[in-house]
Amino acid sequence: MLGYIIRRILAVIPVMAIVAVFVFLLLRLTPGDPAAIIAGDSATPAQLERIRESLGLNESLYVQFVTWVGLLMKGDLGTSLISSTAVTSMIGQRIWPTFNIAVLTIILSVLIAVPMGVVAAWRHRTWVDYAVMTFSVLGFSIPVFVIGYIFIQIFSIELRWLPVQGYAAPSEDLGRFLARAILPCLTLATIYVALIARMTRASMLEVLGEDYIRTARAKGVKENIVLFRHALRNAAVPIMTIIGTGFALLIGGVVITESVFNIPGIGRLTVDAILARDYPVIQAMILLTSAIYVFINLLIDLSYTFIDPRIRY
Amino acid sequence: MRGTAAALLSGAVLVGSGLATSAAAQAKTITAVMHSGLRVLDPVITTAHITRDHAYMIYDVLVAVDENFTPQPQMADWTISDDNLIYTFTLRDGLTFHDGAPVTAADAVASLKRWGQKDSGGQLIFDVTESLEAADDKTIVWTLKEPFAPLLDTIAKQSALPPFIMPERIAANTPADTAITEYVGSGPFVFVEDEYQPGVSVTYRKFEDYVPREEEPSWMAGGKNVKVDEVKWVTMPDAQTAINAIMSGEIDYLEQAPVDLLPILETSEDVTIEVRDDLGYQTIGRMNFKYPPFDNKEIRQAAMMALSQEDVLATLIGNPDYYKVCGAIFGCGTPLGDETGSDTLVSGGDIEGAKKLLEEAGYDNTPIVLMQPTDVVTLTAQPVVAAQALRNAGFNVDMQAMDWQTLVTRRASQAKPADGGWNIFFTNWMVPEVDNPLISPMLNGRGDDAWFGWPKDDEIEALRAEFIAAKTLEERQEVAKKIQIHTMDSVNYIPLGQYYAPQARSNKLEGMLMSPVPVFWNIDKVD
Repeated sequence: MLGYIIRRILAVIPVMAIVAVFVFLLLRLTPGDPAAIIAGDSATPAQLERIRESLGLNESLYVQFVTWVGLLMKGDLGTSLISSTAVTSMIGQRIWPTFNIAVLTIILSVLIAVPMGVVAAWRHRTWVDYAVMTFSVLGFSIPVFVIGYIFIQIFSIELRWLPVQGYAAPSEDLGRFLARAILPCLTLATIYVALIARMTRASMLEVLGEDYIRTARAKGVKENIVLFRHALRNAAVPIMTIIGTGFALLIGGVVITESVFNIPGIGRLTVDAILARDYPVIQAMILLTSAIYVFINLLIDLSYTFIDPRIRY
Repeated sequence: MRGTAAALLSGAVLVGSGLATSAAAQAKTITAVMHSGLRVLDPVITTAHITRDHAYMIYDVLVAVDENFTPQPQMADWTISDDNLIYTFTLRDGLTFHDGAPVTAADAVASLKRWGQKDSGGQLIFDVTESLEAADDKTIVWTLKEPFAPLLDTIAKQSALPPFIMPERIAANTPADTAITEYVGSGPFVFVEDEYQPGVSVTYRKFEDYVPREEEPSWMAGGKNVKVDEVKWVTMPDAQTAINAIMSGEIDYLEQAPVDLLPILETSEDVTIEVRDDLGYQTIGRMNFKYPPFDNKEIRQAAMMALSQEDVLATLIGNPDYYKVCGAIFGCGTPLGDETGSDTLVSGGDIEGAKKLLEEAGYDNTPIVLMQPTDVVTLTAQPVVAAQALRNAGFNVDMQAMDWQTLVTRRASQAKPADGGWNIFFTNWMVPEVDNPLISPMLNGRGDDAWFGWPKDDEIEALRAEFIAAKTLEERQEVAKKIQIHTMDSVNYIPLGQYYAPQARSNKLEGMLMSPVPVFWNIDKVD
């Protein structure tokens, strides 16, 4: 097991190296000039040239790449070309809102979706099942910003229960955090509830037809124990996969929800950086997102061994 | 489950609202959503409006323009020698930087010199500068080799690059093309660096030691009396969210309310919608003079003849309350504004006339690469309307959609249009950025050293020199009219009219100044 974990962690190195080279070259081949963003509309070509020089953008691609990799080796993600701020500090400021929203969203989603999926499978082809499936299709089909605006209209504008927008750190004030996080989390959870509930239902349907379920029921085991201990545990592997992938997607940044609720997360950071061609920030964000995916996939794989003792690495 | 969620919700609401109330009692804070997020903090390295607005919060200027377009003393008063060659500025008492150090003449000299390397008007002054020195702690002596009549107007301008005064240690030791890293000014607000998140939020605290002038505030001039404890700018990328936030009282000020969302805002009794800047913006088209077909004056004239300001503005803004047809290159409502020669532009275009002119000019169907930015709301309509008008007149238009970043990179390319260059693009300027020939980038006729499009126009350069020598407003207006006529004839660029960006403010804000640049002094927040 330990050997497997070490091998998987070592495998991250070539993956990240390939991502780094690919991202670096792709960005340099994309049209755009950070100097033009910095200088503004009235800069002359000569002024732009001088700013490019001061930013090191006139160096050859090779020199720029070696400089960047050299910094990376020291754990330095560089400095934003636009705001002259350390990229590490920018990500440090923006990762926590995204992380906190993602955790709360996943908790909410799992708490709602898994029982929904289990009940839908248990009451297969009844109105309960059809209701869950209808919700799933709707939840997954309605654009997230529409759901967000509807929630804002109801809970913030009409009822005035919750703020329209903004973010507060839970470490500073848990109440303010929750008041501002509930609507974006519910909005995002609508999609994830739909996704996880569907997967839970499908997986449970498969398991509920197995012989050991029939045996358990024949032995007189209570139905809730059959469902949640015997069936759900055996159906959990695909559910864990979808939860893990969903979490990685949330951590990667949910730019539309962040915009609608004005959350200063890394989704917006990435989009703003792309629009401004802020190369160091984009490079760092793509590397970070790749690393998050690799790490979460590793965690998902490891979680299988706890859910299903038959799986061994 | 339902009970738990409800308890969580109500608990959060109670805690949240309770804290909001206690916080409000502690400090008087204005929360504002500006037109974009602040990312660049150096007002010399960039002409970005948000950076200029930031600079007006934390820095001060020697001389400032008032609502009559007249330079007024701000940090300094001045005298001018009889031969108009020596300007002597004297700093007023009580000027202090946020780090506690007094503002000295050496600080002003270093700041002006750094600014002079970047600003087009500043460069013209420094071309005729003999010396700029601190005679003592309070006296700045600016000696010229030849008279430069609009010197005070140039250093008093409010946009795009006003000369803000920084400590000498910062201004003298930072090259003009490198961003400063220390943000110490002597303005009415202090920049709270710990709370700054680039592109997200910035906080300014009242500078307790600031000594305002005694005159009434007027545009950028007069007393800068701060009546609140803090001003916080937050960025909201989604316009609907910003509208919701101001209607629910979470923010106090929205600098630019989208015209299409105004009907929603108008339903709120707690919000006032108004035009703060009655000069507004000038939207323009600029051609590339280096390559056919727009290297030909007659073809440029034909293109201009095809365009109708009304069509462009109606598509761009829609609501006629917020735009104005105006053929003046220096803007309508300014001292130099004159509409001579713009007849077809302001009267709906002349497609038949354009067709005839195009034929006479011998247009050979060379495709026109027209660049259309798709991600900037205020720039998406002009290219589409212009492309159709040009097609109607007989031009072969190749409209290429791209993001604004790609456009600003491509417009700097002097390659042939077919090889990654371009023929025409559109942009917007604040009217105070084009209201005289020394600051308007489109009127620079120095060929490859000129603004994008690179016209080599000796006649306009001679007229600009004539403007520098003009001593009185009447003389300047006379030269400005000649420049207007020349620009319309040579089509150095195409003014496509003025539009206004309405702002929304909470009725709790009182005393807001109506000026082209949004300022936060003089505003009180009442409950």
